[in-house]
Amino acid sequence: MFFFNYVTRRFALALPTLFGVSVICFTLTYLLPGNPAMVKAGPFATPEHLAEMEHQMGLDRPFPEQYYRYVSGIFKGDLGESASTGRPVSQDFLQRLPATLELNLASLLIAIVIGLPLGVLSAVHRDTLVDHIGRVVGIMGVAMPSFLTGLLFVYVFFYMLDLAPSPLGRLGSGLEPPAHLTGLYVIDSLMTGNWTTLRSSLHQLMLPAATLGLSAIAPVARMVRSTMLEILESDYIKAAWAAGLPRRTVIYRDALRNALIPVITISGIVFGFLMAGNAVVESVFSWPGIGNYAVTALLTKDSAPIQSFILFVAVTCVMVNLAVDIAYGLIDPRIRFS
Amino acid sequence: MTEMLEISDLTVHFQINQGAIEAVDHINLTIRRGEILGLVGESGSGKSVTSFAILRLIRPPGRVVSGSVHFDGIDLGSLPEEQMRRMRGAKIAMVSQTPRTALNPLLTVGRQISRLLMVHAGLSTREAEKRMLEMLRLVRIPAPEKRANQYPHQLSGGMCQRVMIAMALATSPQLLLADEPTTGLDVSIAAKILDLLRELSTKTGAAIMLVTHDLGVVAEICDRVAVMHAGQLVECAPVRDLFHNPAHPYTKALVRSIPRVDRDVVLEPISGSVPSLINPPSGCRYAGRCEWTMDRCRVSRPPMVEAAPGHVVACYGFEERRVTC
Repeated sequence: MFFFNYVTRRFALALPTLFGVSVICFTLTYLLPGNPAMVKAGPFATPEHLAEMEHQMGLDRPFPEQYYRYVSGIFKGDLGESASTGRPVSQDFLQRLPATLELNLASLLIAIVIGLPLGVLSAVHRDTLVDHIGRVVGIMGVAMPSFLTGLLFVYVFFYMLDLAPSPLGRLGSGLEPPAHLTGLYVIDSLMTGNWTTLRSSLHQLMLPAATLGLSAIAPVARMVRSTMLEILESDYIKAAWAAGLPRRTVIYRDALRNALIPVITISGIVFGFLMAGNAVVESVFSWPGIGNYAVTALLTKDSAPIQSFILFVAVTCVMVNLAVDIAYGLIDPRIRFS
Repeated sequence: MTEMLEISDLTVHFQINQGAIEAVDHINLTIRRGEILGLVGESGSGKSVTSFAILRLIRPPGRVVSGSVHFDGIDLGSLPEEQMRRMRGAKIAMVSQTPRTALNPLLTVGRQISRLLMVHAGLSTREAEKRMLEMLRLVRIPAPEKRANQYPHQLSGGMCQRVMIAMALATSPQLLLADEPTTGLDVSIAAKILDLLRELSTKTGAAIMLVTHDLGVVAEICDRVAVMHAGQLVECAPVRDLFHNPAHPYTKALVRSIPRVDRDVVLEPISGSVPSLINPPSGCRYAGRCEWTMDRCRVSRPPMVEAAPGHVVACYGFEERRVTC
């Protein structure tokens, strides 16, 4: 019951944030230079034609009214129309979203699977070789821009070693996507037992996920390390040693479980950051996700997709934070019962 | 042999940039079966470090430079780590000075006790749970079934300390290292905890090393007292003997600094402060604060001499004062 209230309260707190996000997002595009009516009417439109177009698009209305129209549109699932694809942005988005989710989740998984043990080892063997190697790997991952790592990976693993497939999309050529269940090819092909597709989709996913994941290893590993160091010095860990608990229990049960809260926080932040940062990686690997879509829209000054992308990333961040808050409660009884 | 724990010549240093902190300096101490030994001294006198050294839990930058600890005739220093781990919590248990923070916040208190029983006594989950409830009852926690399922933050400080004691005694250890078990507790609750310790020690036959800076606590429950000053042991005596005939100037000063209600005396603070333990001078470390300091006190360290049967003291001035007094 405590927990239900906690979740409800967290959810209520997320609502004003979402409102703020929509205001900022709308204001940004409102203030941006350039006239959407001009884009739509074409370069040879007469001033009368332009005014007519502005009136049609509601651009001559006062700011609050325009905002109201925009928000009520969102609630009806109307995100506007893309000038370049000529289709509703919501449709384009839904179609591309699974690709992005698949890539981001895979990257997050890589970051946690590598970052978490790396952080624990660095903390337990503080100031030894393991710690230094972890630090160097982490700094490199952060310092290298994703497009460079991506290109480097393509050059080495595809061009030189021929270990990876060509960086073009989510499946090898000639393969049909698996039956649409979740839209994530890896999971769909796993669920339908389509091993050829599974192999190919994992193969295609490998390099982009590694590229994106590499940039996220460092924040995870550093956070785990510093939290673990602090917790290993805590009274209850000293008491656990003094009580003769096995080393594995002390480090991996007692200490790590206590260290999980900050780790979950950073994972949430990292996921939001991956959402925004995937645009570049998706472009490098021709990954048909929403990041790639937004970059294309940016290059053609197609405003509706850009606006929707910003809104989408912001909403995702808010949602992830909500999920993080709920996860806190599940892990820590002090939050659950207060 | 009646000595259960024999600490000989124990020295612990902590290496820092400015040099070595000589936290514990050539200490000799024994604890007998079933006795309660008080280890007293000001903050920073090396009391806690000594108990961690007994458990072989001094970690870098700390280092045991010399000395040995024998428990039941076994040299703890020569045990493989895995065997040493089985000693901790099972044969030698520790009660921490910070009950609230020494319990894992994410586990129910019942679970923290029962898992120790599973690790050390090899009990099944059900047996461990049964014994855990017995222990909670033994330390007089009301409604143990309910409390066992609660988390440390839902318990009061005194309650947490009872849980710590239940945890330490669950595996029937032969020696309990109680590191300031009553700091941070209300006086009335502290008294109850002390009573509980003494009672449980009588019941289970466990010896207790009670680390404290509170001479009142010592007078209350200890059989013998060892006094530490700046990492050195200065005096060790049966409790009555120590209070009535303190032989070391530092002990005298400590005894004089106890507030009394029955007599109208002005409390005397001990002049000066604990000397720096970073590369301290040879000789008696109390020399800088002592009213009896002689030349040789600053040169070499006074040896332990017997003042009375079972009463030892490390002070050059003692012999001379005994003549004059």
